[in-house]
Amino acid sequence: MQELRNKVKELLSKGTVQTVIGYGEGTAGKVRPVFITDPGNTDSLIFDLRCKQNLAVYLLKPEVKQLGKAAVVAPLFTLKTILQLAAEFQLADGDIVIIGMDDEGKLIEFPDLAAVEAFVTRYDDLSAETKAELDRIEKMPLEERWQYWQKELSRCIKCYACRAACPLCYCTRCTVEINQPQWIAVPSHDLGNLEWHIMRAMHLAGRCINCGECARACPLDIPLNLLTQKLIREISLHFNQRAGIGSKAENTLSTFKPDDKENFIN
Amino acid sequence: MELLKKLSSKGWRIIAPVRSGNQVTFREIAEGADILEDFVQSTQSAKGVIFPPVEELFRYHMKKEGAELPEQEKTIPTTLVFGLRPCDAAAVNSLNAVFTWDYQDSQFKERLENTYFMPVSCSRADEYCFCTSVGGNPGDTRGSDILLTKLSTGEYLAEIVTDKGKKITELAPGLFGAEPLEAKEKNLAVVDRRFDARELKQKLETLFDSNIWVQQSLRCIGCGACAFVCPTCVCFDIQDEGRGNQGKRLRCWDSCGFSLFTLHTSGHNPRDKQSQRWRQRIMHKFSYQPDRLAVTGCVGCGRCSRACPVDMNLLEHLVQAMAMEVQP
Repeated sequence: MQELRNKVKELLSKGTVQTVIGYGEGTAGKVRPVFITDPGNTDSLIFDLRCKQNLAVYLLKPEVKQLGKAAVVAPLFTLKTILQLAAEFQLADGDIVIIGMDDEGKLIEFPDLAAVEAFVTRYDDLSAETKAELDRIEKMPLEERWQYWQKELSRCIKCYACRAACPLCYCTRCTVEINQPQWIAVPSHDLGNLEWHIMRAMHLAGRCINCGECARACPLDIPLNLLTQKLIREISLHFNQRAGIGSKAENTLSTFKPDDKENFIN
Repeated sequence: MELLKKLSSKGWRIIAPVRSGNQVTFREIAEGADILEDFVQSTQSAKGVIFPPVEELFRYHMKKEGAELPEQEKTIPTTLVFGLRPCDAAAVNSLNAVFTWDYQDSQFKERLENTYFMPVSCSRADEYCFCTSVGGNPGDTRGSDILLTKLSTGEYLAEIVTDKGKKITELAPGLFGAEPLEAKEKNLAVVDRRFDARELKQKLETLFDSNIWVQQSLRCIGCGACAFVCPTCVCFDIQDEGRGNQGKRLRCWDSCGFSLFTLHTSGHNPRDKQSQRWRQRIMHKFSYQPDRLAVTGCVGCGRCSRACPVDMNLLEHLVQAMAMEVQP
């Protein structure tokens, strides 16, 4: 942790960045995001196993961008997010300073995005526990699976915390905010909830890097990350592609190649 | 519980807190349900009983002569909300102030008329609670029809607060004894007062242009969870859902924290920054609403802070605002 604090002090004192986005102590043992602008204030930075929030969500916010150039404390899931954002032309190499943190809380210097790519590629997209949970649901007969999701999604109140917490939901005007036509029903009735969650998962297909923020942010503990994790599996299986491993990767669902094996379009 | 069985047998709908996974939630219960009492606060409030997340306002049918709005036979069942906290019952006063301010919201009024509130006083609180700073307390009777306090003997002290509460006792006379057996205060949690609501209102009036809102809202992601779990938030959206020439108009929950909330048709958005929306939330609840409706728009239940994914902690921010020195 002291290594991290020293690094941040150095970045701020030298003026390399104007703000550092990191983790700090919150209420009752929780961890909260902190924005350090004063090199004398680095003691409020922490890093431990509780630091699970994906801070990449702040990188594209105008309120944060206007503070100046930023550095971000980046565990694995944040590193993958940065690569994915770069692949989607939202960030360029050198836009932000990346303060990598490994599982043991050790600082890793990443001079550029290529170094980040070399680091993340060794990690599996889905953990063993996740795969087991996906298997469990996939094995359910169709009707049981439908009932499972109806029950879970019926609790949704359409607060959109899942959308706000996801660093890849960066559209300044979301599909649900269009009412000419109203593509997705707004109220939190069964149809409205289903439409929203299916649409959100589909918009993340091939893009989700499995940080789990959606499920963590949900005030009603709905396991939303299962939906996007399922699609990570599907995209990998059918298209042999992974998100968050390359800053120049192509998005599965928005890339067309003339030699696509589906030739109905020819 | 005897009383609930009695009311249920008379056709009353009973809504009470039950466990749902790791959370406490309000559900319509049947006999034998495991009603929770040992918890600090539920995740969601009970406001959905009188102000539902989705509510039909009317149906329409377009005919050659014009639109027809068929009369709906809607009956609101007599409902008892049991086991909520005193702060949640007090919140009803805030909702009522908004919905009967100038336009008398008939749907809200009908639901409220048919709903009875029987909270149970708080024997414990946590670091997120601040009812005593906004005019409440763990044994507050505001908004209750009957307030129950669990005594060390295991019995309940029942305070009959309103005529509606009296009606309940008349339906189950055998269950209500006369003498209070133990002082209520001995069984209440202690919630230290952190600020005075009147002083906060005055302080906020000087802070509109302060930079504090930018600093406080930096980590806010504009998610809307706070508004949706809040017992006093009332902002709503109106949606028409139709197919062909028939449809219905629905009212559903909304939040001032969303950027879409104040987007004008012209494209101008007077609150396009999160700091403006954060300021609005605080001002509305602690300055504008007390000014216009004489009711503070917050009961200190702490849900917003517990639900917040980035630990905004409302109490902390309010205390910070109180400490602000403003140059005259």
